[in-house]
Amino acid sequence: MDLELSDEQKLIVDTTRKFVRNQIAPLEADLDPDGSELEPGDHARLVEMVRGMGFYGLDIPEEFGGPGVDLVTRTLMAIEMAQHRAGLYAPCYGVFGGAGLAQLFEANEDQKQRYLYPTLRGEKHGFFGLTEPSGGSDPARAIQTVAVKDGDDWVLNGAKIFISGADRADYGIVFARTDAAKGRGGITCFLIDHDMPGFHVRRVVHTLRSTSYATELQFEDLRVPAANVLGEVDKGFGIANDRLSRQRIPYAAGCIGVAVAAQEMAISYANKRETFGDILASRQAIQWMIVDNEIDIRTSRWLTLAAADKAEKREPYRTEAAMCKLVASEAGGRVVDRAMQIHGGYGMTKDLPLERWYREIRIRRIGEGPSEVQRLIMARDLLGGSFH
Amino acid sequence: MRRESLAGRLARVKLRLEKPWNELTAENVRRLPGQLGVYQVARADGAIEHIGFAGARELFGLRSALERKLAAHASGSRFRVEVNTQYQSRWRELLMLHVMDHGALPPGNESDRPATLGRLS
Repeated sequence: MDLELSDEQKLIVDTTRKFVRNQIAPLEADLDPDGSELEPGDHARLVEMVRGMGFYGLDIPEEFGGPGVDLVTRTLMAIEMAQHRAGLYAPCYGVFGGAGLAQLFEANEDQKQRYLYPTLRGEKHGFFGLTEPSGGSDPARAIQTVAVKDGDDWVLNGAKIFISGADRADYGIVFARTDAAKGRGGITCFLIDHDMPGFHVRRVVHTLRSTSYATELQFEDLRVPAANVLGEVDKGFGIANDRLSRQRIPYAAGCIGVAVAAQEMAISYANKRETFGDILASRQAIQWMIVDNEIDIRTSRWLTLAAADKAEKREPYRTEAAMCKLVASEAGGRVVDRAMQIHGGYGMTKDLPLERWYREIRIRRIGEGPSEVQRLIMARDLLGGSFH
Repeated sequence: MRRESLAGRLARVKLRLEKPWNELTAENVRRLPGQLGVYQVARADGAIEHIGFAGARELFGLRSALERKLAAHASGSRFRVEVNTQYQSRWRELLMLHVMDHGALPPGNESDRPATLGRLS
């Protein structure tokens, strides 16, 4: 087992770090502290720079034109890309591009032509619609949106909540119940277009995260052609579940990135700030906070890289993904909290990024499955069975 | 427990800014809090000319943001504010609501708008 990064990984991490610190962070000095977008000119310039570095479209599989970065290296990059003020929910403001919705790689050729390829070209954007007002932790049972077959179409009625990006998307992947008697075996995944009659974005859902806000959706007799069923009828839950496990690794990496940045700030401040005739770093209370931060960061980092390594090797990684998401989201919150404590009053202000990270990282203990569900997933794997 | 319907929930959520209007005068602006939030400026006939936010870069929040509006708007203009720490998402929401209601952004937002703006329906 080799825990050292390869020379190539070191180079990629170093390049990404320099990009974040030299290109992204300076722009934030002029942006609103809660901002989530660069000026269009800056965004376009940085996209070209990333293309020149060979990293654009990081999550696009190599066979579809992506740069072919393995998952461990991608995780290392994600840790670096989050290390700026907006980094948790807008890492590098999206200038590395995205793969869109991973489920589309499993779509049929007609669907790929209509949704996947335009997405990869940056011409279309999608959203992922799973959570409903009736709950998000147990989607198999909570989904109450109903799809009824009517001729060659399906007719959807229901609502979704906490859906990011739906108000700006061209299409979405949504899940609806197609057989009430089958539980998780009665859910189907549909591709819907934003301009289909009956699709409504009803409101913005304001949360601790003031950017990348969520929305609430309503489907009113939304008629979807059968050609827009993604995968097989009644087998949509597998599509959702696969995505949930996969997403937990980059989700954890973002938390680690913010924790690393907060720890750097805490160390720098502790070495400068004087109280009672000496620097904060000389105080044992501060030293222990710094050490506890480091333990939290390193624990999260190794668990997350171990999960990425297993996923890359195509070994079962559900427990590892749940564990790294649980640990990194909770540890990241503790690190930011201690960094704020070390900074005193300044840590509470919008002059520093700590208060934004403090708000946003709290969501991470809920998003992509709360800590309690991660424990449930691990318990199922460790103890066997599918109890609840 | 019976789950509340979407219509019921939406009816309880006040999407639109419903604070009272004030005349846009130096005296009224001076009384504003130095807090973060959103605001609307309208003509005397009620047509909204601009929707803005007072973010953390403003020295005195809403007061500073509206002070800059004093010279730019005609006598008789009106304004209203909403203190809101989630001013970024609230600002976007108010812009989207305006587009939904009127089909276009307020004239003052053609050059003061987010790079991307969604749509409500």
